[in-house]
Amino acid sequence: MNLNLTLVGQLIAFLIFVWFCMKFVWPPITAAMAERQKKIAEGLDAADRAARSLEDARAQVEQELQQARAQITEMIEQANRRANQIVEEAQDKARLEAEKIMASSSAQIAQDVAQARESLRGEVASLALVGAERILGASVDKAAHSKLLADLAEQL
Amino acid sequence: MASENPTATEYIRHHLTNLTFGYHPENGWSFAHGGQEATEMGFMAIHVDTVGWSFALGIVFSIIFYLGAKRATSGVPSGILNAVEAVVDFVDNSVRESFHGKSALIAPLALTIFGWIFMMNLVKLLPIDFVPALFKAAGVEYMKIVPTTDLNATLGMALGVFVLIIFYSLKIKGAAGFIGELTLQPFGKWLLPFNFLLEGVGLIAKPISLALRLFGNMYAGELIFLLIALLPFYLQWVLSVPWAIFHIFVIILQAFIFMMLTICYLSMAHEHH
Repeated sequence: MNLNLTLVGQLIAFLIFVWFCMKFVWPPITAAMAERQKKIAEGLDAADRAARSLEDARAQVEQELQQARAQITEMIEQANRRANQIVEEAQDKARLEAEKIMASSSAQIAQDVAQARESLRGEVASLALVGAERILGASVDKAAHSKLLADLAEQL
Repeated sequence: MASENPTATEYIRHHLTNLTFGYHPENGWSFAHGGQEATEMGFMAIHVDTVGWSFALGIVFSIIFYLGAKRATSGVPSGILNAVEAVVDFVDNSVRESFHGKSALIAPLALTIFGWIFMMNLVKLLPIDFVPALFKAAGVEYMKIVPTTDLNATLGMALGVFVLIIFYSLKIKGAAGFIGELTLQPFGKWLLPFNFLLEGVGLIAKPISLALRLFGNMYAGELIFLLIALLPFYLQWVLSVPWAIFHIFVIILQAFIFMMLTICYLSMAHEHH
């Protein structure tokens, strides 16, 4: 194994390659890698933030839903109460109306009855008079007995 | 060496000889015909195959990562960028774990070391006779395609790291601080020569151990492949397949060790004592 100028040649080549690597290879690659690392870190960060805001939005939606549900329940309750109230009012009104109608009709009836009784009384009195006339064979003095007949009709 | 039916020794020696171009005392500037001539050329010679292959593989590494860098985007990565980023991320983490100073050089340096050594080790998984046979058909006698099995290559890189160790030691600690570190510990100023001997050996051992560890592993692996290649062709797969599979692990591990040790040494150079 001879040591010779090859040594020097190799040394020179070595220095050239190191220089080349230092100048043209290492900086761009490491720079790109560092930048990508930064990008990835930023991306992960953004994803984290997005996930957190999504979580927030979910919570907000949940809260709003709950509010809306409560509101709806309240509205339904209100509507129910209103409906009940309306029904009750209608019932009351109907009852009053019915009572009124009943009252007026019973008054009418009473009036009719009184009227019928009145006319019947008159009729009975005249019938009785006619009967008595027949029985007594004629002449009962209308004028003399009208007072009596009126009393009779009054008692009927 | 070039005979038609080489013996086992000749075969192995032939495969372990680099294509050498240099100044021969008798033939002048020429390609060496065999290991003997290459040795005679001494230091004024160059392993054309080692330099050529290592440079080509370095270019391949650079192109792959340059394409990755061109397509670098902070958006969704795809294709080559994924592969490049996986390696870059791995190297970056290794550097972060071991090196606590601030330096624009260390990480790209570590990436280059890891990527380049990996590429150079990777060609070892090519069938051992394949490329040399191709070159032989083209008229080139010797061709050793794995640069890291050449001590010159590994020592060249280790020397580069060594220069950086010295440079950063001087830059961070100052000349006085660095000399102090070499001479005033571990035993205080009264044992200064002994300290210097100890620390000096420790300092020199860093690049030497870097170079020898990688070279030794790759060279030994290459030798095993050569020995397996001496078996009859119908039996070779029994050993070469498990060994190659094991070597997939080894080539990555050796590239990783070279890188990690470089980071550690430079980290030590950055630390005050």
